Amino acid sequence: MVDHGTPEGLTAENRRLVKEVAQLRAELSALRAEAPSSSVDSATDPTPVTNLTNPEIARYSRHLLMPEIGVTGQLKLRNAAVVVVGAGGLGSPCLLYLAAMGVGRLGVVDHDRVEVSNLQRQVIHTERAGELGVTKAQSARDAVARLNAACRCTAHEIHLNSDNALELLSAYDVVVDATDNAATRYLVNDACVLLDRPLVSASALRLEGQLTVYHHRGGPCYRCLFPEPPPPAAVTNCSEGGVLGVVPGVLGTLQALEVVKVLLDVAPDAPPVLMLFSAFRQPTFRAIRLRGRQPRCAVCGPDATITHLLDYPTLCGQAQHDGPSTLALLPANQRVTCSSYAAAARARVPHLLLDVREPVQFAICHLPGAINVAWSELPGRIDEIPKADPIYVVCRFGNDSQEAVQYLRQAGYSTARDLIGGLHAWSASVDPDFPVY
Amino acid sequence: MANLTVTVEFSGGLESLFPGVEQTVTLPTTNAAGAPSTVKDLIQWLRDNALKEKPELFVSGDTVRPGILVLINDVDWELEGELEYQLQAKDNVVFISTLHGG
Repeated sequence: MVDHGTPEGLTAENRRLVKEVAQLRAELSALRAEAPSSSVDSATDPTPVTNLTNPEIARYSRHLLMPEIGVTGQLKLRNAAVVVVGAGGLGSPCLLYLAAMGVGRLGVVDHDRVEVSNLQRQVIHTERAGELGVTKAQSARDAVARLNAACRCTAHEIHLNSDNALELLSAYDVVVDATDNAATRYLVNDACVLLDRPLVSASALRLEGQLTVYHHRGGPCYRCLFPEPPPPAAVTNCSEGGVLGVVPGVLGTLQALEVVKVLLDVAPDAPPVLMLFSAFRQPTFRAIRLRGRQPRCAVCGPDATITHLLDYPTLCGQAQHDGPSTLALLPANQRVTCSSYAAAARARVPHLLLDVREPVQFAICHLPGAINVAWSELPGRIDEIPKADPIYVVCRFGNDSQEAVQYLRQAGYSTARDLIGGLHAWSASVDPDFPVY
Repeated sequence: MANLTVTVEFSGGLESLFPGVEQTVTLPTTNAAGAPSTVKDLIQWLRDNALKEKPELFVSGDTVRPGILVLINDVDWELEGELEYQLQAKDNVVFISTLHGG
């Protein structure tokens, strides 16, 4: 046990930390050294290869044996460049299969870092990458390098936006949308139409997935189906709604399949389809015949009005990430910090603590003495809330709690206040042992 | 008055706005205006009779909100006349919210 109260204790702690930092740095550089450094310049198109080498013939023999693929098909994969936007639940299996199947050049775009809550579905990343705080693009590139050293994979550790998307995506033949938010989906769609690149798009949430190939062989683009973004309140992401690990795995794997079909020009007359996947419902797969390209489409129609990329976060009313947003609905005197609530609770000041998360989240963790009525059920259960003084309202991030306080105050609970930042802030500022999810 | 019965399904999260993932709906064969009942009538019926909460997450004006795709017998409703599609007995109509997670 280190005694932080004495200079000797602090010196010993400092020595220990310096040693730990040095060790972690060494591990990080060792990890980076494993990846080929020459892959950075792979965005320039090399001369197409016209023959497979003997090692390639041995490696891809199971492809070569099928007339549907054969040497011709394998060479098409070998000479192709595919970029995967998002190295998350969808991008992970998609990248692994594209690399394994012999796609010659890959790009990975993701600026997030690997976190422990990713590992239940983002199978390309490792615990070690999470501990070291490596970016997902880097971690994915390392995995591709371990799997297939001949695949030239570029890690784009950037936030794709209107300024960089056209230049970045133009270096690839096919674009895979494996992102996690509406704003980036509209950005990638518009960029693919402007660059005339096919877009293999999928999404997954909870127990369901959807997949479509857009802007391919005269078919529709994402905007032909969804001309306007949904209202932000209608959009749920994986960090709010959850997702069963294998669901994006299925969809990302299907994306790799669709990339192969695009590159090999399989079934050129097939009509555009939306593939629906449902993990727990029947039928598990459902193929929906889609509309064609829409003459009124703002980006791919003959009278297109979108001729350059837009401000997508503003268009969608939502940031280009899937993290929590931060609302500020309440005046300061209707809010308290977690530490001042902690002080009041420690001093046993009488109060009511109302936790407005869904019961499934309340079951994960909650503060002592909290009563649980979900925000979605509060209007119907308002009679169950005693008129205590004061009432503190808490949720996961401190957004729903503000809406609940507004509602409670309108219903006559004039002492309701919310805990700023919710249980995430509680864990960060009061009790580091309180779980974060 | 003659009626017709269709099955309605919700997915992509819309099921949380309704009592369940699937329900059968019986509508009059002709609507209030005396014309054959359409998907537009069905959407109105669902809004008024089945929706539990937050109508803005399902409808916008007399159609579905942006981000919802309607499927009629496993075909995109745009190919079937969208709101004006005339319902037939035993039709299967799916309302699906587009997902964004990944």
